[in-house]
Formats: sequence, structure tokens, C-alpha cells
Amino acid sequence: MINFSYTIWILILPFFMFLLLGLAGHKLFKAKLSGLLGTGGLGIITILSYITAYRYFFVTGKIEGAFQKITAVNITWLQFTDKLHIDMGVLLDPISVMMLVVITTVSLMVHIYSLGYMKGEKGFERFFSFLSLFSFSMLGLVLATNIFQMYIFWELVGVSSFLLIGFYYQKPSAVRASKKAFIVTRFADLGFLIGILILSFNTKTFDFITLTNPTGTAILQGTGIGFLGLSIMTWSMIFVFMGGVGKSAMFPFHIWLPDAMEGPTPVSALIHAATMVVAGVYLVARMFPIYAISAPVALHVVAYVGAFSSLFAAIIACTQTDIKRVLAYSTMSQIGMMMCALGVASYGGEEGLGYMASMFHLFTHAMFKALLFLGAGAIIHAVHSNYMTDMGGLRKYLPITHITFLIACLTIAGIPPFSAFFSKDEILTAAFHSNKILFGVEYAVAGLTAFYMFRLYFNIFWGKDTQYHHTPHEAPATMTIPLILLAIASLFTGFIPFNKLVTSDSKVLESGLEMMIAIPSVLIGLLGIGIAYVMYRKETSIPDRLATTFKYGYKWAYNKFYIDELYLFVTKKIIFRYIAQPVAWFDRHIVDGTMNAIATVTQVISFRIRGFQSGQLQKYAFVFITGVIMLAIFFIYLWK
Amino acid sequence: MNSGIPLQYFLILATVMFFTGVYGFLTRRNLITILMSVELILNSVNINFLAFNRYLYPHKLEGMFFSVFVIAVAASEAAVAIAIIINIYRRFTTINVEDVNEMKF
Amino acid sequence: MASNQIMFILFSVMIVVFSVLTVTSRRILRAAVYLLFVLVSTSGLYFMLNYQFLAAVQLTLYAGGIVVLIIFSILLTSHISQNFESSGWKKNIFSAIAALIGALLSIITILDYKFSATTEVAQEVNMKLIGKSLLSTGYDGYVLPFEIISVLLLAAMVAAIVVAKKVSPKSAELQNLKQ
Repeated sequence: MINFSYTIWILILPFFMFLLLGLAGHKLFKAKLSGLLGTGGLGIITILSYITAYRYFFVTGKIEGAFQKITAVNITWLQFTDKLHIDMGVLLDPISVMMLVVITTVSLMVHIYSLGYMKGEKGFERFFSFLSLFSFSMLGLVLATNIFQMYIFWELVGVSSFLLIGFYYQKPSAVRASKKAFIVTRFADLGFLIGILILSFNTKTFDFITLTNPTGTAILQGTGIGFLGLSIMTWSMIFVFMGGVGKSAMFPFHIWLPDAMEGPTPVSALIHAATMVVAGVYLVARMFPIYAISAPVALHVVAYVGAFSSLFAAIIACTQTDIKRVLAYSTMSQIGMMMCALGVASYGGEEGLGYMASMFHLFTHAMFKALLFLGAGAIIHAVHSNYMTDMGGLRKYLPITHITFLIACLTIAGIPPFSAFFSKDEILTAAFHSNKILFGVEYAVAGLTAFYMFRLYFNIFWGKDTQYHHTPHEAPATMTIPLILLAIASLFTGFIPFNKLVTSDSKVLESGLEMMIAIPSVLIGLLGIGIAYVMYRKETSIPDRLATTFKYGYKWAYNKFYIDELYLFVTKKIIFRYIAQPVAWFDRHIVDGTMNAIATVTQVISFRIRGFQSGQLQKYAFVFITGVIMLAIFFIYLWK
Repeated sequence: MNSGIPLQYFLILATVMFFTGVYGFLTRRNLITILMSVELILNSVNINFLAFNRYLYPHKLEGMFFSVFVIAVAASEAAVAIAIIINIYRRFTTINVEDVNEMKF
Repeated sequence: MASNQIMFILFSVMIVVFSVLTVTSRRILRAAVYLLFVLVSTSGLYFMLNYQFLAAVQLTLYAGGIVVLIIFSILLTSHISQNFESSGWKKNIFSAIAALIGALLSIITILDYKFSATTEVAQEVNMKLIGKSLLSTGYDGYVLPFEIISVLLLAAMVAAIVVAKKVSPKSAELQNLKQ
């Protein structure tokens, strides 16, 4: 047994970096140095994570053919009573180690990339300290030993996301977006908290190992008691999933994600594509035994929410022109697919394929989506615009970006031998074997994905020859190196034998490509690419004609199906007007009024009675003597 | 010397003197006359002490000694009060108690 | 009517009349003189009660000391002939009512109360006994209050000097600066 207690440094180091850069950054170091410090710190963590992953997967983690959950560090943090205590610690199991690798890899790439991208920005140190804070919180989230620790880091992740989206805090739109992201996710987290409370009330534990032990007793608690036709356990898991819906930008809490693109692009790559938004998927995966064994209804909810979100987002993505928004909706769509895959899985054996597929896709998605975002960042950096209408023919100016972006697009479209081909194929297989409707939806989404990604690709790199004010130039090496590294990762991560490493019951899962699924999925990918090629390879009038033909559909999709407007209507017109306004009136006039009245009365009375303090000796004496006489009368005649 | 005069006569006399002093204390405006009223009050108390001593406890001397001490206290009080009055006069150029109201709100 | 009763009535009338005059006289010096009469009459009462020593003290200390002090201060702070303006009638009436009620209350209480007559033999009050009592520490000894009163008198004397002392030019300047 290898001692894993050094893994605590994976948490301590970024937190230390955050404090160092945040508190002393702009005083002690030059901007460049603090960037290098942050990146260096993260490099060390990355190396530590790789070592941990190697030792866990290949040296020690496996006992009797299954990966064990290892509590590397456990500290009792808050001891309320003997039984009720909240711990902090590090839990190693296949998914947490996998997430460790994903987070540190992408984060390191983003750090390096940011050295170039954020160069000369005001608040360079602040940016890196926030990145460190985010890395700390995200790592704490995935390594959490108990659900309460997870919740704490879950909120910390939300805070760092808020800080990073609002990084350009002088831009009103960024401020709005950060507020929106925070409030929406916070609202969803309320559900998460309720879920945690119900769950731990029933099972009397926070600890993941106890909770998710498929043969333990905790998992069977509360399955019988019903409320509205569903068991208590199901309700708690639905509430827990609500937190995941918020964080992972699933329908109906997806509205914050597109706006979150106001943040710097590296942030979008790190937080809103690769790591934080998959926290919801991770959460479901973490609690998966409970979902699969005691709350199958909740798992169905997961599947349908995931599938609907993926289709919904894919349709919207086809109409957007802001490239970061297209990518944001694509992220939402891909995460929906992961959720859907989780939802169709069940615990153990062949039926657990969806779980494996989801984790696999999470892994590959993190790589290629980070690559897409970083590539988009390089393009925006060169063109100084977010809109694909301002772009075109960029392949001549940005060769490296072009190649890496193309690789990423081919990956997401699911073309072999790129990584997402394998993972997406697993998802489709899992869906096919469990629910044909969901399979149909995911199949359509695969085609749409290929279409809108290549629409993006052709619009940016081919299409019309746009005249630029400044000739766009290739990004500096700090930006292109991460792109190349991530492109390599996108190429080869598909060959990682996930079925041997990350499965629902931690045992080896025998699965291979099913040609019956693989061939149609490649075909629909190619079809999507083909349509995009016809429509956008050269400047044509087909898109406009299509837009006019399907005027209403296009308009609805372009305006994101008016979900934002609906929420605005509900909040502004209904909640604000009919609840908040009367409450505000009550507060201002009744509550404040009472206070003001008390103050006014006191003031008036004191103005009146201050005459008593006249400074006239004889008045005082008069009062004194009268009082004495009164008291004498009282005690002599009235006190019997 | 005091046969035929009941104790109550002395007490009533002292009461009248006392409340005359109180009246003076409440109405006079000159600080010195206020001081005089205080002297009246102290005197009436002395009469009481002596009358009680003579009528109720003639074998003891407590009342008389109390009176001695009251007189001593009255003397020192008068000395300090007059010093204060003179100081007030220096500062305000008046000893009208109604004008000396620096301590008001 | 015995002679001592006549004397008592005489002293009482004098005390009451001069007390009232003291507190109502418009002229301050006259008020002081009326006070002197009150004090002298009181000492007469003391003689009647057979406390010759105290009567003597009353005469010397009160009539001789305090009244003279008061007259001095009057001379220092006001003109001899100065009338002082009558205070407001409201104040007078209310004060008189308060005083009257208080006096009535006390007198009624005094008249109601049955004072138990004593059978003890009166003690001869001579100077020797007074001196011994004042300086003895045993039962009926008053050395402690005597010492305290001596310290008090000393303190009062010092205080009077300090308070009434003319301010030195330097500290006066300081005081002006403060104001």
C-alpha cells in the first residue's frame, strides 16, 4: 500500500499561491513574475497529480480486480457532536483521480496560455491569483471525502467563477454576467443543499464511501417512505441533481453560461468548458450508486434533462454568431450528452457502460473543448472581435491556430481516430441499448454538433475574404504551445482504455466498438460537415435563404428560445412587481416608518423635557422638596 | 426653666423656622440670602436636637454634642460657601442665582 | 402664666417674625441683621433649656462669626442699600404652598405623636463634663467626631482660602486662553 498522504499538497499549494498572489502579488512581484509563479505552482501540482494517477491506476489502486476508494487524508474539521462531524480530506478513486488529471492538465495549459493572452492586462496578478483559487476549489471539489466538503468547495468554485467572469469589472456587461452566473447557480445550489440535508438526515452520514457503498445500509435508507409518489431518497437525489443542473448549465438553469463568456477567454476555456461545468456530471457520477440502486427515477430525470439540454443547446448553437457563444452552447450540448449517458447507465457490469462513456467523454471533452476555446481566444486576440461575421479567410494568417482548431472540430464531430469518436460512440451505444428515444436525440445532436462546429470553422477560416484593419498575426509561443499540446491530447486520449480504468463498479468492463453504432455516427458527422461545407465554404446565400424560409424557427433559435426573456418576465413582472415591491413598500413605510416614528417621538419629547434641565438651582430644589413632601405624605398616610 | 412648656411647642417652633428657611431657599435670588436661609434651617434642627435631649433623655448629652457638631459644620459650610460666592461674583459679576445657569442643557 | 412661659413666647415670636423677615426682606443687609436676631433668640431658647455652653457657642460662633462673615461678603459683592428685585409671584406662591404643606404635615405629625415622658434624673451639664466627654474614648466619649470635625474645619479653611484667593495673573491668562 502506497502512502498517498502527500496528495494534501495538491490542495495546499494552489491555496497558498492564491494567498501569495492575491495578498502580495502587485506589491512584491512584477506582473510577469507572479504569472510565472502561479504557472510554476500549478506545474508542480500537475506533476503531483500525474504521479498520483500513475500510482493509483497502475501500481496500487487495484485490489482483487477492482479499484478501491482510498481516503488519503482525513481531518475532522467541525466536530458538532460525536456522530455529527464534518471532515475535510482527500478521497482517491477512479473518477477523482481522472478529474485530477483533467483539471491540472487543462489548468496548466490555461495558465501557460494566459501568460501570453493576458499580457499587459491590468490586474494580471489578480487574474492568476483567481486562477489559483479556482484550481484550489475545483481540486477540493473532486477530492472531497464527504458531501459537505464537496458542497463547500462547490460554492468556492462558484465564487471563483463569479470573480473570473467579472474580471473586467469595469465592463457593465461583465458585471451583469458575473452576477447572473452567481445568482442562477446559487439558486440551483439551494436545491443541492436541501438534497444534502435530506440525504444525510436519512442516512446519518456525509461520507461518500459509506454513502455510495452499493452493499452498505446507507444506500437503502429512505427508499420506502414516499412523498408525492416518489421515495424520500429519490427526492433528495433530484434536489442534489438540481445543484448539478445549475453548475453544469443544464436546462432550465443554462442561461448563465452564454453570458459567462464575458470573462477572459482562458477563463471560459478552464471554467466554463473543461472543468467547472462538468462538476454537475461529476456530482452525479460521484453519487452514482445511490442514483442507480435506490433512486432510478432520479436517474431518469438526469437522462431526460441531459438529452433535452443537449438537443436544445445544439439547435441554438446553429444560429449564434458570437463564436464564444457557439462554443458555450456546444459545451452545454456535450455536457447534456454526458448527463444523458449517466442517466441511461445502471450500476455494474454491461449496463454500466453509460457511466464509463460519460466519464470518457468528460475527459476527452475537457481536452478538445479547452482547445476550441483557447483557439477561439487566439482568433479573438488576432481579430479583436467575437463575431464570425467579422472573420473569414483566417487560415492564411493563423496557420497553427487553424490546424489545431480543425483538429478540435474534427474531434467534436466524432470523426475517427480523434478522441471524441470513441467516447461519443460509447455514449450512443449506451443510449441505444437502453432507450431508443434518447438514442435518437443524441444521434441528432451528434449531427447538429458536426454541422455547427464546421459552420464555425468555415466561417472563421474560409468563407469570405474579409479585409482587416491590421493584418492578423499568429499568437505568441506561450499561446500556441498549449494549443499544440491540447491538439495532441485530443488526438490520442481516445486510445486510453477507459473501460479498464473508470467504470461504475471499478471493475474492468469489456466493451468495444460496435460497428452498428459507429458507422452511422461517423456518417451523420460527415453529413453535418458536408452541409456546412456547402453552406459556408464559400460565401453563399443559402444560409440567408434558409433563415428566411424557416423564419420563425430561426428567430426562436437565434433568440435562444426566449428563455432569458421568460425568466426576466417571471422575475421582473411577477416576482418583483407583485412580491418584491409590496415587501419593499412595507419595509420602507411600515418597518422604517416605525423606526423613524420612534426616533422622531424621542427627539420631540427630549426637546420638550430638556427644559427641566434649566440650570436653575432653585427649580431643582423645588422639585426635590416637593418630592420629599410627596413621599412623606405617601409614607405617612397612604402606606398602610 | 422649661416646666409648663410642652415639648411640642419647641418642635412646632423649629418646624416653622425650618420651613421659613425652605421658603427662603426657594424664593431668594441672591446667593448670600440663600445661604442665610440654610443657616435658618440648620438652626431649627439644633433646636430640635436640644429639645429632644432635654425632654426625652435628660441624663445624656448626645443631642447637645450633635448640636455642637452641627454648628461646626455650619461654620465650615458658611466659610466655603462664601468663598465660592466670591469666586462666582468674580466670574459672573453677579450673585443672582438665576443668572448662574451654566450647567443647563 | 409663669415667667418662663412668657419668655418662651417672647423668643418664639421673635424667632418666627425675624425668620420671616430674613427671608422676605428686600434689603440684603437688613436680612442679615434679622438673621442675627433669630440666632440670638435661639440662643435664648438654649438658655431656657439649660444648655448654657451651647448658648454661648451659638452666640459667639453664629452671631459673632457667621453673621459677620455674611455681612462681609455682602459688602464685598453688593451695595449696602441694594434692593433686590422681587422674584416672580408664581415662584413665591408655589414655594409658599410647598413650605406650608410641609410645615402642616410636620406639625400634624408632631401633634399626633405621643412622646413618652422620661423619669430619668436630669444630668447637670457643666463645662468639666463637656470637656471630659469631648476628649474621652470610652462610653459617652466623642473624641472621634471631635477629631473629624477638627479636620473638617481645617479642610474648610484651606478650601475657602484656595477658592476665594485671587487668581494669579499667569493662570488668569491661561484661563482666558481656554475661554
